[in-house]
Amino acid sequence: MTLHRLTIHEAHDLLRERRISAVELTESVLSQIDRHDEEIKAYITVTPEVALEQARRADELISAGEARPLTGIPVAIKDNMCTRGVPTTCGSRMLENFVPPYSATVVGRLYDEGAVLVGKANMDEFAMGSSTEYSAFFPTHNPWDASRVPGGSSGGAAAAVAANETLFALGSDTGGSIRQPAALCGVTGLKPTYGRVSRYGLIAFASSLDQIGPLTKDVRDCALVMNALAFHDPQDSTSASKSTPDYTSYLTDDLTGVVVGVPTEYFATGLDSGVEERVRDAIAKLAELGAEIREISMPHEQYVVATYFLTSWAEASANLARYDGVKYGLFAPDAQDIGEAQSKARGRGFGREVKRRIMLGTYALSSGYYDAYYLNAQKVRTLVKEDFDRAFAEGVDVVVGPTSPIVAFGIGELVDDPLEMYLSDLYTIPANLAGLPCISIPCGFHEGLPVGFQIMGRPFAEGTVLTVAYAFEQSTDFHLQRPSIGT
Amino acid sequence: MGYEAIIGMEVHAQLSTKSKMFCGCSSRTIDQGANTVVCPICLGMPGVLPTVNRRAVEYSYMTALALDCKATEGRVWFDRKNYFYPDLPKSYQISQHSSVVGRDGHLLVEVDGVRKEIGISDVHVEEDTARLYHRDEGEDRYTLIDFNRSGVPLMEIVSKPDMRSPMEAKAYLRQLRKLLRYIDVSTGDLEAGSFRCEANISLRPEGSEELGNRVEIKNMNTFQAVEHAIMTEIVRQSAILDAGGMVVQQTVGWRDELGRTEPQRIKEEAHDYRYFPEPDLPPLVITRSWIDELRSRIPELPIVKRDRFVSDYGLPPYDAELLTEDPAVAEFFEECVRQFPEAKAVSNWIVGELFRLLNVSGGAVGALRVSPGQLAELLKLVESGKINISTAKAVFEEMFESGRSAEEIIAESDLIQISDADELSDVVDRVLSANPDAVADYLEGKTEALRFLVGQVMKDTRGKANPQMVARLLMDSLDAMGQE
Repeated sequence: MTLHRLTIHEAHDLLRERRISAVELTESVLSQIDRHDEEIKAYITVTPEVALEQARRADELISAGEARPLTGIPVAIKDNMCTRGVPTTCGSRMLENFVPPYSATVVGRLYDEGAVLVGKANMDEFAMGSSTEYSAFFPTHNPWDASRVPGGSSGGAAAAVAANETLFALGSDTGGSIRQPAALCGVTGLKPTYGRVSRYGLIAFASSLDQIGPLTKDVRDCALVMNALAFHDPQDSTSASKSTPDYTSYLTDDLTGVVVGVPTEYFATGLDSGVEERVRDAIAKLAELGAEIREISMPHEQYVVATYFLTSWAEASANLARYDGVKYGLFAPDAQDIGEAQSKARGRGFGREVKRRIMLGTYALSSGYYDAYYLNAQKVRTLVKEDFDRAFAEGVDVVVGPTSPIVAFGIGELVDDPLEMYLSDLYTIPANLAGLPCISIPCGFHEGLPVGFQIMGRPFAEGTVLTVAYAFEQSTDFHLQRPSIGT
Repeated sequence: MGYEAIIGMEVHAQLSTKSKMFCGCSSRTIDQGANTVVCPICLGMPGVLPTVNRRAVEYSYMTALALDCKATEGRVWFDRKNYFYPDLPKSYQISQHSSVVGRDGHLLVEVDGVRKEIGISDVHVEEDTARLYHRDEGEDRYTLIDFNRSGVPLMEIVSKPDMRSPMEAKAYLRQLRKLLRYIDVSTGDLEAGSFRCEANISLRPEGSEELGNRVEIKNMNTFQAVEHAIMTEIVRQSAILDAGGMVVQQTVGWRDELGRTEPQRIKEEAHDYRYFPEPDLPPLVITRSWIDELRSRIPELPIVKRDRFVSDYGLPPYDAELLTEDPAVAEFFEECVRQFPEAKAVSNWIVGELFRLLNVSGGAVGALRVSPGQLAELLKLVESGKINISTAKAVFEEMFESGRSAEEIIAESDLIQISDADELSDVVDRVLSANPDAVADYLEGKTEALRFLVGQVMKDTRGKANPQMVARLLMDSLDAMGQE
């Protein structure tokens, strides 16, 4: 049985034709998890009971002729999205025993669509990290080479998709946390426009940057999942009320007339030459497919890392303040008074990287430093946005470049060098600062490891981004390659 | 040395919305079981997001407009105010700091007939915190948290330091509360915690322009407490300054039962709240037309109404003040006067009888059974002499209870005043012959005996006799007896 190797659209066809059942598909995925997750460690929690129950219900829907594209399809959900009744740890000791009394809006929507939850995926604690090594529980291993990281913070989600331990996953992306692990694991990952997908029930890292999106095996699956995820949610005030198209209608292979902007700044020092070659090849492929390639400039690219970290740290310092051991999560029974109880709970509950960011964020918001740090970061953020506005105003449809400057690095290699780790987000950050839709798709291999190609579009132009990604994918076979572990 | 007190007030008023500020929970949390009016949002669970209660924004704008503030047009946003305390479930309060609903208004107050404008610095909205219950059971000390109040919409109204005496501060608070009740945005109930006052007080030598160190007083639960606390604080600070000392900038709590303040925390250690714009709530965009629409909904304000009651109805200022305390009372009065245009008589009845009955029953004017028209009808019966005042009072009490009309009650209980001279003469004769001692006293010049005799007649007629007529008949008879 190799049902776990199917894509969503392949599985859907087989389910609808009643050639397979949702239970069989789920069992296949669960046994793949059994076989390989000991090594990969993509999941913090595997939920076979929930999955099989949901699969049985999905089979009933299918029998009743009510199969929707995600009905009976196994999904892994990053462990920072609340799942009612299922532990949601956010990769932290702080929430090790937290069982949410409610589900995130997107989780509810997937359940409504008949999707099957197979487990909660590992992640860097509170989504802070680019390697999944900052998970409080264990690091996740890259299915292409288990001695390497899968990227992060949605490393568990990306590894699970790459290793066929699920058919698709939901991740979250604050500064590249969907796209960078997608690139490092050789899968497709989309960060939608800020506001396109509800954040209600997503445990916040940086509210003005966080966005939920799919990790899938190909671009068609990505469009199918977006069809389920994109809608207005009145519970999220930053959720857009714009209507949503059928994203699969954008899956055409004609790029005639599409203007592709290539910023010079995206090919700067620090970019691995092997990665650069694959990305240049990908751009040449787009030209072959009829796109017009145009050199452009993003003059504020050099400030994006600083801007991103100041903004996200500041927001995180407030977002994570609620974990004080009073209402849920870790509690310090040995404390003498409330101040001590809060300090002890936070001291014990948070890992090193989280503490570092909370402290830096607190500092950036402190009186006397606010203007120099937080406020200036907001001004630069506007300038970064304007760089994109200018390019789009001049007719550019999509902006492309490498997703990550390097391929998957070794476990332990950067863990003690936070600054180096931060710089690996250099290319993914602009889309978060500017709130733009951005996909990462596989564009080849370097030293046997996947390379990711990133395509950014105008706000709410997920469709255009999908068109370019699909056209490229259909003329290449990188997305069909799986690590040996995935078979 | 003489000192001048510089006093500013901060008021937190609960807005009378149905639901909380950022979630769908009811904001009526009084008398509810602890932690029963809560949801993941007001508990600050991981992953939840706030949504703005539009009605709360509307109410705060109406307040700003009624206070003559410059209401903020265009983008208005919320800020996060960060501090750790177990009553704050997110460890930040969604409040307003760099953006507010309105600024630079004023409120007209009156102390001993002298009017003064108190400046309003700003009006902003925020969410309430949870409530802590500290328990000390010997060895066992612990704190319980009730999150029902968490997320209830509050409006903070900050005055400028324009008050100079405890009386002015009290007058300001009374006038402010009256205004909030007029525009119907808050119940203004101090004891229920829906109108919380804090005072900032500093002293400076008379004639000086420099401000001294400020002391903030919290926990004043009645207007009397406010007056008392500020007075006490002025005395305390004066003593320190007289002795050449320095007032320590601090926050103190008023202990009403002890009649003094107690230090809460030293202001120098005040938190850095690290305000920044709430990223979970995009700025609201407030249009001029919306503000204009709200402005048109603001009713006549209390002090304007009071002045009008004096000028239009010729009422004494004291009556006008009492009648305009509550807009429902003012409306009751005006409706009654439309049907019975003796304003002072109507006022007397409302301020006397109606208030007395309301006090006894604990009812509200808004929920009265008796209508202004019914009171007017009763007053017409008194004026025409059909019933006497004491009967009218008894009838009114019955009207208050049952909502029935005066005519109905009078007809049923046979209460029509006896003004028939023949009928009364018989009673008068009977009383005179039954009380020879009183008659003798009167004839000896002890005129107070007359009152006793009138009383006897009233008793005999079960209060229905027209007392003026009885007195006249008695005197006629007694005078006749004296001449015999």
